[in-house]
Amino acid sequence: MGKTFVEKLLAKYVGLEEVVPSQIVTVHPDHLLTHDNTAAIIQKIKPELEQYGIYSGSLSIIALDHVIPAASEKTATNHKLIREFVKKFKIENFFDVGAGVCHQLVVENGLALPGKLLLGSDSHTCSYGAIGAFSSGIDRTEAASLMLTGETWLKVPNSIKMNLNGKLKPGVYAKDVVLHIIGDISASGANYCSVEFHGDVDQFSVEDRFTISNMGVEMGAKNAVFLVDEITKKYLASIGIKESSYDTIYPDSDASYFKELSYELPGIVPVIACPHTVDNVKPVTELAGLEINQCLIGTCTNGRLSDLKVAAEILNGKKISPNVRLLILPASKEVLQKALKEGLIETLIEAGGTLLPPGCGPCLGAHQGALAPGEKCLSTANRNFKGRMGCKEAEIYLASPATVAASAIYGKVTDPREVI
Amino acid sequence: MKVWKFGDNIDTDMLFPGKYVYTCSTAEEVKPHLLEDLDPSFAKTVKEGDIIIAGKNFGCGSSREQPVLGLKAAGVKAVIAESFARIFYRASINQGLILIECLEAVKGYSEGDEIKLDIDRGTIVVGGKQFSFPKLPKEIIAIRDAGGLLPYTRAKLKNK
Repeated sequence: MGKTFVEKLLAKYVGLEEVVPSQIVTVHPDHLLTHDNTAAIIQKIKPELEQYGIYSGSLSIIALDHVIPAASEKTATNHKLIREFVKKFKIENFFDVGAGVCHQLVVENGLALPGKLLLGSDSHTCSYGAIGAFSSGIDRTEAASLMLTGETWLKVPNSIKMNLNGKLKPGVYAKDVVLHIIGDISASGANYCSVEFHGDVDQFSVEDRFTISNMGVEMGAKNAVFLVDEITKKYLASIGIKESSYDTIYPDSDASYFKELSYELPGIVPVIACPHTVDNVKPVTELAGLEINQCLIGTCTNGRLSDLKVAAEILNGKKISPNVRLLILPASKEVLQKALKEGLIETLIEAGGTLLPPGCGPCLGAHQGALAPGEKCLSTANRNFKGRMGCKEAEIYLASPATVAASAIYGKVTDPREVI
Repeated sequence: MKVWKFGDNIDTDMLFPGKYVYTCSTAEEVKPHLLEDLDPSFAKTVKEGDIIIAGKNFGCGSSREQPVLGLKAAGVKAVIAESFARIFYRASINQGLILIECLEAVKGYSEGDEIKLDIDRGTIVVGGKQFSFPKLPKEIIAIRDAGGLLPYTRAKLKNK
């Protein structure tokens, strides 16, 4: 019987001929990602860090991104603690305030490579499936234990094969595809499973794939992977990664899947995930005209150059409605610098946007861009949970950068196909 | 003992709002905000031995572990749900919070029903009807029996 991507990858990591779903295996991940929560993590194991030290300075990737620049004495103190830890234990991969969202940094810096295994104390760690890695989210306590021992257990998941067939129509993007899928299978439709994307995926750039893999956790998936192809290889070459430095893993043609699903992409339309669950997905046309107060373009889901480009093309020469605030949140400093060079930021600011520093920004409601009771935010982020943006009486709607940009012009939900 | 009944997709923001994630980390800091946006009476009245019953995908969303720390510190005996999100499930193993995935028990529960649990035998009695749930693998039981992941890791480091 053939094996799926995750079965082959985990077998390689535990040195076994094969592993089967439900089997518990002990793994040594290549990297462990933590962010602002590193402060809480290291405080849990203070005596152990003193006594035993860390497992390895190359295991950890630490990025300050969640509340940056610090919003209070408390968050500033957390950042300070983390910087001291990084120095003391010689953490090799540290990204300070302003570098960007951790997930973007991991991929941009070639820390997630095809065939690698990464864990992170952030639920969107599943993003690195975009370049053919296995990556998954864990909690703070497990991150603490990993820092000390370098190992943890994983249950070999069942695999779901998703066939994406045909070509998307203009005005429809990767974000619409992943929201459509979540709307179809529900927020728990892939619970505990490894999702593999197959079919006509060559229309999706690594940036598009990032958007889709990033939202794997919103369907409950353990990981969500695009298999390595020429597009992946070209992207990796562009950031200076040689093909000889990674291992490509492909499922067998007779691999056994727990479930197989097919989506006809030409039939997918621009969609919006309505409050308060990501699977409450409706066509944009059904919500057209709904008044909104804030628009957010960016985050680890849609804060890359191609996203800002789509938004800038729509907003070029236009002004946003006086009834909305438009927040622009590039996923990293590198994205910001490229967008500056290409004039995208100027276009977006000229249209009325407010530029935020590269990081998680308003997505998690801890600082910048919080909402007031009764307000509605249309966002390119990945979650619309009640209270997520700081207020339980506010509403969050999720859509593609094109839909958000088009809607910012009118202050109302607008179908992007009407303006492009 | 009180049974708290909730629906599907109880997410991590409902369990513990994101705005507190980087200012509240210890169980004591977490407790007053537990389930704040879902049921403001919860944090004030939850008692040692209470049980939560919920629908599908309990704990979906963020990797934050404050919901688990808080529920454990509040004395919640177990969460029984149709299904759990995976990071929440792992976090609960790591903190020693008992989670039971049992669709039949959730469907079979009516308000006022008494609930009896036998974790080792893998049985649950709801309103006089007995249901069974799968036992945890031995690797996971070892973590639970050590009192959670950090005590387990400490013992491992000590024996090295």
